[in-house]
Amino acid sequence: MSSPTLPPGLAIQKADERIMTLNVGPQHPGSGHMRIIVQIDGDYIVACDPDPGYVHRGEEKMAEYRNYVLNIPHLERPVIHDSCNILYPYVLGAEELLGLEVPERAKYIRVIASELNRCVYTQYWLAIYGIFLGHSTMFMWPAGDRELLIDLLEKMTGARVTHSYFVPGGIRNDLPANFEDVCLRQVNYFEKRIKEYADVFYENPILISRTEKTGILSREKAIGLGTTGSVLRASGVDYDVRKKEPYDVYDELDFETNVMKSGDSYARSRIPWLDMMESCRIIRDALQKMPKSGSVRVKLKPNPKGALGSVYKRVESGRGALGCYIISDKKPEPYRVKLSVPSFRNLIALPQLLIGEKLGNMPSVYWSLNYWPVEADR
Amino acid sequence: MSVIAPNFKLSEFIKSILDNLFWILLIMALIGFPAIQLVLFFIEMPVINGELLTPFLALTWLIDPSRSLPIIKAFMTTDLFRVAAFPGFGFAALIAAGTIFVERKMLAKLQLRVGPFYCGKIEGILQLMGDGLKLISKEIIIPAKADKPLFWAAPVLFVATAAAFVALIPVAPGWVVADVDVGLLAVFAVIGFFPIITILSAWSANSKFPFIGGIRALYQMVSFEIPLILSLLGVVILTGTLNLSEIAASQSSFPWIIFLPIGAIVFFITMLAELERIPFDLPEAESEIVAGWLTEFSGMMYGLVQLGTYLKLYAFAGLFVVLFLGGWSGPMIWPPFPEEIITEGIELGPVTAQFPGLPVFSQEMLNGTVWFVLKTVGVIFFILLPRGVFPRIRVDMLLDLGWKKLIGLAFVNIFIALGLLYAGILGPGGIF
Repeated sequence: MSSPTLPPGLAIQKADERIMTLNVGPQHPGSGHMRIIVQIDGDYIVACDPDPGYVHRGEEKMAEYRNYVLNIPHLERPVIHDSCNILYPYVLGAEELLGLEVPERAKYIRVIASELNRCVYTQYWLAIYGIFLGHSTMFMWPAGDRELLIDLLEKMTGARVTHSYFVPGGIRNDLPANFEDVCLRQVNYFEKRIKEYADVFYENPILISRTEKTGILSREKAIGLGTTGSVLRASGVDYDVRKKEPYDVYDELDFETNVMKSGDSYARSRIPWLDMMESCRIIRDALQKMPKSGSVRVKLKPNPKGALGSVYKRVESGRGALGCYIISDKKPEPYRVKLSVPSFRNLIALPQLLIGEKLGNMPSVYWSLNYWPVEADR
Repeated sequence: MSVIAPNFKLSEFIKSILDNLFWILLIMALIGFPAIQLVLFFIEMPVINGELLTPFLALTWLIDPSRSLPIIKAFMTTDLFRVAAFPGFGFAALIAAGTIFVERKMLAKLQLRVGPFYCGKIEGILQLMGDGLKLISKEIIIPAKADKPLFWAAPVLFVATAAAFVALIPVAPGWVVADVDVGLLAVFAVIGFFPIITILSAWSANSKFPFIGGIRALYQMVSFEIPLILSLLGVVILTGTLNLSEIAASQSSFPWIIFLPIGAIVFFITMLAELERIPFDLPEAESEIVAGWLTEFSGMMYGLVQLGTYLKLYAFAGLFVVLFLGGWSGPMIWPPFPEEIITEGIELGPVTAQFPGLPVFSQEMLNGTVWFVLKTVGVIFFILLPRGVFPRIRVDMLLDLGWKKLIGLAFVNIFIALGLLYAGILGPGGIF
């Protein structure tokens, strides 16, 4: 009997009475805006198929119809909690194409805004990690402490979440008066607060026994699958774009990268928390070394035209290396804008990690990959 | 950070109480008195002062405080009052409602937020009532392929079983709905019903997530029932009875927790697992299996299951108090009733009223109830506390804990009890 012809990409599976197929998401409290098709045998996962694409919005195509400045507000939509960082590579690339020199003070302010935004994103991520493990206090505490930094960013940029702060040639507006003192005070208090999370969450015996030795990603596999950011560093690879390819003023600032060897869910959840403390250190250092006065933006011609050519820039976002590839053909609009997002790179590791795990480990392994569904879909 | 909650003002607090008082009086006049009359119609009427009490007479006497007391007292001796109001359902539901309110506010304080605030004007005290009204007004959706009779029956059975559990708990000397000689065995029988109801509802919903949740609940309840029963054997050995009232009465000088702390700890942990509280809330783990075996319940069916859960919580806390903390026993703190009110009466403005029926409750009963409620509320507080501190554990860790650690500890507890008994220190014929 001949098998029916199927469209490419589809396959027929034999039904097995022992195997149960679960559609986790998109309408599921533990999935985010995506679907994970999980097949379980008893309590063990035998097959896993992540199915992103539920919130695809065509940001890259939209970027081909707007000029270099009008692209700013919509390009930060894929991950609004980390909006400064997702805009950073695009702005760096646009500056090179437009031939702009950024003032020194603007570079420092960009670093401060980017690090504040990294903390805001990580707090949100940590809150969801807490509730995925059934720890409701760890959902409320980061969500509340995040307000401190959101208030700071509101003072800087005027918006609480979608800042649109970075523009080609600098930043949109200068810092308000007396910002340095307020920033230092809030950041110090914030650091004191996040150190308290160790008592209630990271040193909690139940949490450690639940997440240690689950979803282990070895060093070779982490490199081979192309994961980035905290996932890569939790597997023992010391790679941080801020150190390896410093952009703006990161080479003048004093900080370290956090690396853990074990590569399990616990290490992957601990690395972003340690990174937040490094971010606080960077902010304090940048506030000290920043020029106290000067211009923050070079004058931009209306509707500027990019030079012929292409440019690829990378930054370290809250989730990992985030790249932006821009092709220009001497028009006010870019010919092509391609965002290379860390979320999608980290998601590739998910099927490898989940097979053989228990169903109860699925939320912790899935969210420890530092994955943001909307960013992966773009 | 902005402050959401306005400042507390005493004048506004008093005003809000007065506002509510008006509505309470209105509702009493419109609904309360007719309801009392209906109840009076059905109960067996006593003969007071040579007259058979009729509902008509009762309504006239209710207005006269000195003559209404015998009616109230006669009602309190009926079984209806015991089942519906005092040691039974009404009392337990009141404590359950208080538990929900305290849980929400305490968890909110722990997590640096406000909690229920606006509903009811006083610290959101009517939030539970609002939630109940919302659940009643919602549509009940039943899955198309569900086994409908079983699916309907499950929440009702759950509440009924929880209420049967409540009926076995003695609150004060002589105040228990069902005073059976094998009370502890009856408790085990009732606890044994919960997994059956759970798997019944999970299977009849014909859906994947409730099915996984039901299987998890079955694992959890069955494997924790064994250490639960074993941990209570120590108390039975020392008291020599299965009657819960006698067990409570045997602790008039000291509670058993002093001699059997291991048994108390094992019972407390198994209690958390039987109640599906964090860290053992695997059957309802929302990030893994949506809401577990409750996923397909909607509207008041879900509300009934929640009511049953909190009744069960009260009953377990009461059982812990009766078995390990001495039940109603405690120093006498309730003031004695002044005799002059009966003999001479009190002056209410221009008239002098005599109350021949007073006191309604005896001093021992009131004192015992106060101690029982205080101890139960303390135990409930410790049951609620882990929710703010611990994450959820995994199925294999749960079974490991139940089968390997708690059963061993329960046996250690039994040997301690046997040692105390044969050394002649405690138990029937012991020194104490």
